[in-house]
Amino acid sequence: MDLYQELILEHYKRPHGAGLREPYGAQVHHVNPTCGDEVTLRVQVQGTGSDAVLRDVSYDALGCAISRASTSVLYDLVVGRPLHEALSTHTAMHAMLTSRGADAGDEDVLGDGIALAGVAKYPARVKCALLGWMALTDALTQAGAGPTGHLTDAKESAG
Amino acid sequence: MLAAPAVPVALGFSDAELAAVRADVPILSRTVRAGRRLVYLDSGATSHKPRQVLDAERAFYEQHNAAVHRGAHQLAEEATDAYEAARAAVAGFVGASADEVVFTRNATEGINLVAYAMSNAATAGPQAQRFVLGPGDEVVVTEMEHHANLVPWQELCRRTGATLRWLSVDDDGQLALDDLAQVVNPRTKVLAFTHVSNVLGTVNPVAELVSRAREVGALVVLDACQSVPHLPVDLAALGVDFAAFSGHKMLGPLGVGVLWGRRELLGAMPPFLTGGSMIEVVHMASSTYAAPPQRFEAGVPVAAQAVGLHAAVDYLSALGMDRVHAHESALTKALLEGLAELAWVRVIGPTSTSERGAAVSFVVEDDGVAVHAHDVGQVLDDLGVAVRVGHHCAWPLHRRFGVAATTRASFGPYNGLDDVQALLDGLHRVREVML
Repeated sequence: MDLYQELILEHYKRPHGAGLREPYGAQVHHVNPTCGDEVTLRVQVQGTGSDAVLRDVSYDALGCAISRASTSVLYDLVVGRPLHEALSTHTAMHAMLTSRGADAGDEDVLGDGIALAGVAKYPARVKCALLGWMALTDALTQAGAGPTGHLTDAKESAG
Repeated sequence: MLAAPAVPVALGFSDAELAAVRADVPILSRTVRAGRRLVYLDSGATSHKPRQVLDAERAFYEQHNAAVHRGAHQLAEEATDAYEAARAAVAGFVGASADEVVFTRNATEGINLVAYAMSNAATAGPQAQRFVLGPGDEVVVTEMEHHANLVPWQELCRRTGATLRWLSVDDDGQLALDDLAQVVNPRTKVLAFTHVSNVLGTVNPVAELVSRAREVGALVVLDACQSVPHLPVDLAALGVDFAAFSGHKMLGPLGVGVLWGRRELLGAMPPFLTGGSMIEVVHMASSTYAAPPQRFEAGVPVAAQAVGLHAAVDYLSALGMDRVHAHESALTKALLEGLAELAWVRVIGPTSTSERGAAVSFVVEDDGVAVHAHDVGQVLDDLGVAVRVGHHCAWPLHRRFGVAATTRASFGPYNGLDDVQALLDGLHRVREVML
């Protein structure tokens, strides 16, 4: 099936960057109320303005293969990157996941993340794939390094 | 529809009878995910509708549509008759009188109706005093409740200052009744519990719980959502005071539910929603209210949906609820036996096959690695097998069992052993992909 590509299962079974680490500038806890998936995520930003760099993202995730793989991919894509690049990666990931399949993703920007393109065809799972990414932008905002005028998802409720 | 039973009741439906039921349910003939047969194992969430139900709802709109209990024209008369006939049929289906049946939007609204009526009771005059709650009073629920029979009581306690308490669930998914006498005590004003758990399939001991509630004078509210669609239920004989269930889980349309209440209680209870249709006399400054059930049916009622529900209870009655129960019990038993052979599947809830509802929840795990229920459901969905994944609106119960989510298979009268086998086969595929 489209969804569980080998690459996704690899990230799921051996997630990159997992575990909570010090130091960190902000920590957030996000929940997907439809299934009870949870992620605690920390960010450490160094520098300010256009020199700001995302030094670390550490996390403790409880959830499905899609949400865990997506957070593992997130770690690979944004850690060590200039903040503005991390934010545009988030934008590209968000666009691909919410495109209902119209946006296959740019491998140059999203790396292993393009393996998540299949998720867009399963609307019920988009929230799973976005969980870590929404936590990231929230944590960056709390750290004073968030996107300005950036898109944020309305919290959904269920159950 | 079915002919006379050709096989002993204990075996449920014959192949021919099952084929006839399936032929009545149009959606079962569609395919899903690249042409696969729909294996629908999510009737605990909502059931599919026989053509007879769809036809009845359509016929109402095509021939009798009018605002019930308003107007003197012929259509209004016919619509009112159809609506009240539906009430009588639904009442008869659960051993009740028509004037004790209130149509609501769903079971959630029925439970909220009671909870809000109770918070309205403080200012509703002397006859409503028995419904008044305040600090020092207690409301008792159980740890296995659906959010619909938990959150309204949390809110009632918050509004009135009463205290919420609960009966816990043991490792086998049964209510722990050792401390029943302590938890349900003279301070208890309401005991609200589910007849059959929507997650565990546990059938709760209604008689024992009602008996304790009677000793302390507590009102009993029963969530009958997972019992009325699946087994013969006589609400009056159960001895409860109120019961709520949903039409859409029992082959009926979306948008109609039932609150049943004892006549003398409904008669003394203040309204929840107010407005048109529920009044007796209206003045600019104040109003008086109609007798039940109209008192609790403000606004133009859901007549077409009630008519559809009438067709659903006729359909279930023609099948025979004892046979529906026998059929679904046989499927549940087959599934539990099949799952017992899979060392990497753990059933959450009673593993015994006697006295069990038509829902089975489980987790897939091997060597301490658990496959998340969303992933289980996704792989099954790709095979055309529709199950429920998540916490099934019973988050505290999942927390009690230390799992974030489970996969639930639940049956309806149109399911067969082929569906059970499709699920079991699908679980092997889940293991291949995910473990």
